[in-house]
Amino acid sequence: MKYVDEYRDPQLIRNVVREIERQIDPDRHYRIMEVCGGHTHAIYRHGLKDLLPDNIELIHGPGCPVCVLPMGRVDDGLSIVEHPGTILTAFGDMMRVPGTRGTPLEFKARGSDVRMVYSPLDALRIAQNEPDRHVCFFAIGFETTAPSTALTLLRAKELGITNFSVFCNHVTIVPAMRAILDSPDMRLDAFIGPGHVSTVTGCRPYEFVSRDYGKPIVISGFEPLDMLESIARILVQLREGRAEVENQYRRIVPWDGNIPALRAMAQTFELRPYFEWRGLGFISQSALKLSDAFAAWDAERIFDVPGVRVTDPKAAQCGEILKGVLKPPQCKLFGKECNPEHPIGALMVSSEGACAAYYRYARIDEPAAATA
Amino acid sequence: MHASTSQPPQPRNVDTLDRAAAPASRLRFTDAQIEMAHGAGGKASRRLVESLIAPAFANPVLAQLSDAAVFSLGGTRVATTADGYVVKPLRFPGGSIGELAVNGTVNDLAVSGARAHALMATLIVEAGLPSDVLRAEIETMANAAARAGVPIVGGDTKVVEHGMADGLYVTTFGIGIVDQRASLGPDRIVSGDRVLLTGPIGDHGITILLARGDLDFETDLHSDTRPLWPFVDALLEACGSGLRWMRDPTRGGVATALNELVRGSHHAIAISEERVPLRDEVRGACELLGLDPLHIANEGQMLALVADNVADAALAALRALPGGEQAACIGEVRDAPAGMVIATTAYGGTRVVDMLVGDPLPRIC
Repeated sequence: MKYVDEYRDPQLIRNVVREIERQIDPDRHYRIMEVCGGHTHAIYRHGLKDLLPDNIELIHGPGCPVCVLPMGRVDDGLSIVEHPGTILTAFGDMMRVPGTRGTPLEFKARGSDVRMVYSPLDALRIAQNEPDRHVCFFAIGFETTAPSTALTLLRAKELGITNFSVFCNHVTIVPAMRAILDSPDMRLDAFIGPGHVSTVTGCRPYEFVSRDYGKPIVISGFEPLDMLESIARILVQLREGRAEVENQYRRIVPWDGNIPALRAMAQTFELRPYFEWRGLGFISQSALKLSDAFAAWDAERIFDVPGVRVTDPKAAQCGEILKGVLKPPQCKLFGKECNPEHPIGALMVSSEGACAAYYRYARIDEPAAATA
Repeated sequence: MHASTSQPPQPRNVDTLDRAAAPASRLRFTDAQIEMAHGAGGKASRRLVESLIAPAFANPVLAQLSDAAVFSLGGTRVATTADGYVVKPLRFPGGSIGELAVNGTVNDLAVSGARAHALMATLIVEAGLPSDVLRAEIETMANAAARAGVPIVGGDTKVVEHGMADGLYVTTFGIGIVDQRASLGPDRIVSGDRVLLTGPIGDHGITILLARGDLDFETDLHSDTRPLWPFVDALLEACGSGLRWMRDPTRGGVATALNELVRGSHHAIAISEERVPLRDEVRGACELLGLDPLHIANEGQMLALVADNVADAALAALRALPGGEQAACIGEVRDAPAGMVIATTAYGGTRVVDMLVGDPLPRIC
């Protein structure tokens, strides 16, 4: 399969593993954060940890939009579908995320009209097909998904579709990274930068990481070879005492980003003064809301959502895991009360969450290799 | 009830079945309401069956929770199975609800070592369904039954009000006689046994997903629905008592079937990812949608665990059959990590293969 197989070639992977072994200082411990949940998933899915020297510690970052969404926002979104004649649409990832009164799937099972869509344009199409109903799209995601929400809003305005709205929970990755770098228990050496987000933002927004904090960051793709090559590049920077932004994912990520996508976002969104992140708390200018020009499509203004605040369960140590202070199995609830079927902490919800990825793929006491 | 335990399916005499003889499950079903995940064949389905349904009807045959109930009737080992089909859309590339109903029932008997002798079918029809659609399904069922060499000897027909069903539901019952050569059960597995798969996985699940029209991409994939008895017959002939266990990995896929086999046992299963046959179209769709092909449903593939010393003969027998050309040995039984299924990647990494959690796809069988 083109664009996949060449990045999973066992010989090439063995070569880059050897390069990592050449670059590494055996007396040093390396703490590298993969910012993106897709990377976390890939590390476990492909068993990449087994290929790395023991003194490289991979730490899972805040880049899973489902994981960082506070429970109160889920409650707010679900309150919308309780208005008569309303259809709530969401991506598949959102359907199992619990609010205090249940998940979107549980609301659906109780009779609410909650529908999974693959794109916000699908939600708009439902609005066109069902003009007597109001269709709300529960928007989540970083800069990866925000442009498709923006384009859908522009389309709704162009077509004059008024029975459609967006409950906007789009967040931006840079302020979250800054919050982690400013955290007093910060102990990271470098970052594997988010690949999908960067297809939109480009690489420039990460320059502060190397300039202000002296940490290397390599924007990485998601295939095994991509990730291992990014780690090798980080090791080279650390060995040479450099801290720069490098773009390993050049085949997809333009240095200056996707200009039309950024323009669509600028037309439709503005920064919120602050937004709550699960595990990380309030971070200023870290999320998007609909601009005044799109007030007519803004679910928060149309439905006057209650603005629920829910304290995260005390026993769940998501914040420490997000910042790399704890590993998933070190959380008291991991694999017991908190598991993928009944997630308590946010990181167990989405398959890109650090705990869910660890639970699904890495619960092996004695790794064994199949020789069948 | 697609779930198994580590207990062996030793045939019981049906006349001596006794509720008291079966230990009631200590699990309590605490889910507040039934959701789609409870029917998706993964962890929630298993919880529903094991902690709500099975304890209520407790008896030693049901306690096996196998694809088919195997027991002794007048000195003959018989297997029975029942299944319900609610697939949407009713027809899809490579098959239809009626064809699934016949093949699925025949296959549940086949993987229990029994050749189907008779089927019964109940049709639950929604008022408003065009007669032509029903006629086509009945013809399809008749053809599928003829292909599998089993008569449909009875059943029932119900019509429900418009809006109460998705056009047509089919439920089936099947009965067969367990082959003399068969000696199957999870208890017969030993370390070193080989895991065989009859062909590429995920075709059915991905075909149904695409047939629903929610995704704008096209492939020429089609469902793999087919009767599996010829494969079972070939394995029984090639392996004799070296054939330990079989399962058709429908909802929940290969991952769930293998997890059900080893869960709670002192064995592990190690599979090699690169040995699992998979079409490029299925792999591509799974990559795009973030799905694991090992969780995707199949309707015409079979997993078989065989003794190491008969594995080559078993594989040769499968590959000699039409449709078995891509049969593969995908892994082996280990002692550790006990109770788990693990996979090795092409470059030496290792990961856990978990059961399906939740409901990643619309209802497909």
